[in-house]
Amino acid sequence: MVILNSPISKKDVVKLKAGDTVHLNGIIVTARDVAHKYLIEKRPEKYKKLLKNGVLYHCGPVVDRVGKKWIIAAAGPTTSMRQEPYTAEVIKEYGVSGIIGKGGMGDRTLKAFKKHKAVYFHAIGGLAQVLAECVVDVKDVFMLKEFGSPEAMWVLDVKDFPVTITMDSHGNSLHKTMYEKTEKVLNRLTLKGGGL
Amino acid sequence: MDNEKLLDAFIELIRRTSSDLPVDVVTAIKEGLLTEKRDSIAHKTLQMILKNIKLAKEKSLPMCQDTGTPVFYVNYPHGVSQIDIKKKINQAIKESVHKLYLRPNIVDTLTGKNLGDKTGPGYPVINFEEWKKDYIRVILMLKGGGCENVGTQYALPDSRVNAGRDLEGVRRCILDAVHKAQGRGCSPGILGVCIGGDRVSSYEESKRQLLRSLDDRNKNPVLGKLEQSIMKDSNRLGIGPMGFGGMTTLLGVKIGSLCRIPPSYFVSVTYMCWAYRRRGFEYENGKTKKWLY
Repeated sequence: MVILNSPISKKDVVKLKAGDTVHLNGIIVTARDVAHKYLIEKRPEKYKKLLKNGVLYHCGPVVDRVGKKWIIAAAGPTTSMRQEPYTAEVIKEYGVSGIIGKGGMGDRTLKAFKKHKAVYFHAIGGLAQVLAECVVDVKDVFMLKEFGSPEAMWVLDVKDFPVTITMDSHGNSLHKTMYEKTEKVLNRLTLKGGGL
Repeated sequence: MDNEKLLDAFIELIRRTSSDLPVDVVTAIKEGLLTEKRDSIAHKTLQMILKNIKLAKEKSLPMCQDTGTPVFYVNYPHGVSQIDIKKKINQAIKESVHKLYLRPNIVDTLTGKNLGDKTGPGYPVINFEEWKKDYIRVILMLKGGGCENVGTQYALPDSRVNAGRDLEGVRRCILDAVHKAQGRGCSPGILGVCIGGDRVSSYEESKRQLLRSLDDRNKNPVLGKLEQSIMKDSNRLGIGPMGFGGMTTLLGVKIGSLCRIPPSYFVSVTYMCWAYRRRGFEYENGKTKKWLY
């Protein structure tokens, strides 16, 4: 198992390989559908420092407010594929080193991972309680009023956040290989005329 | 119907559904764990999922942050007002958002604005049906967006999957749907399928199939056989939990059929993720008489 601290330097990114299991520590920033559109269409300068070598988390958490403090009550990953139209550009523009999500991403993103040195961390879908327990602190939140709580950009400090690298900066994607492998079995199962 | 007890029952229903997975689902996940090799990624993933299920129950918090679309199925005796029940449900949703059982999950599609603890057309979904029994039965399903997005519908014949208008064609469509869903739908999943109907009724019935317990056997032997065949073949695909590879791709398959008209032959697939949140209660004489599942 690899222990990684975010932000992650590009030098460390290239050492990571698809199949590695990782415990992630440090700062991650939630961003999902509305945030991605915003980052690309408006290109706000203010996030460049925060996201440089940073990690984006495809997540819309359930959040509680206790006094002046924010508490993350549930925080599993959402489907990453919806961010496919934006992610290559987000990585290039903001210098992001990692994306946490579920289900993997497509060829455009995989190419961007290779070109700009970034990786995909796969978190288990629906693991909202286990992952919420890894959040040590909510450091900040952006666009809360504009986007609403699930779509806002939450800046989280995490400890031992369990993920698996499924796409690396060398052009490997376990999602792609799994899709092709299972497609062969599917073709076999449907060609033989059925098990009925 | 102006009693507080029914409102309390709805709030408790939402709490249970969001935080406490029914026993048939947990059992199926545990059975899946037994089929996976120790220390494999599939085994570790299922262990983590079981840990998450336990934590959510202990804390009474959502097991998945996407608390989904609340889909209610309400059966009621003659004389009960749908308007009253709707009011109670909307009030229960509002309170459940503040109690953190539900994420503020409603978005105005045109403005993109999150409407917080409100309800509106399309959220929640309520299916009402009068019946001859003298009590109210409510079943709630919290249907997550990730798995809802991988649901699909085929109009047979479909040359893309080489499916004709027979059960073999139906089988090819369903296996194609399982393959396309891969890790995006949060496997191990459960399929609700409907053969026949029109586009809308077919989808609706496919979702309704998910109200059946996982151990429920199909009353129709032809469909029962098809369910078993799909289950076996899907797990042969090797997609496994979250698409990491493994034996446990599906936890269950439930298939129903509706009549159709000669021009149409629909196969509709509703995919449910492992966080198969469905609960229910029966309500009579001002109190909850039984919890379901």
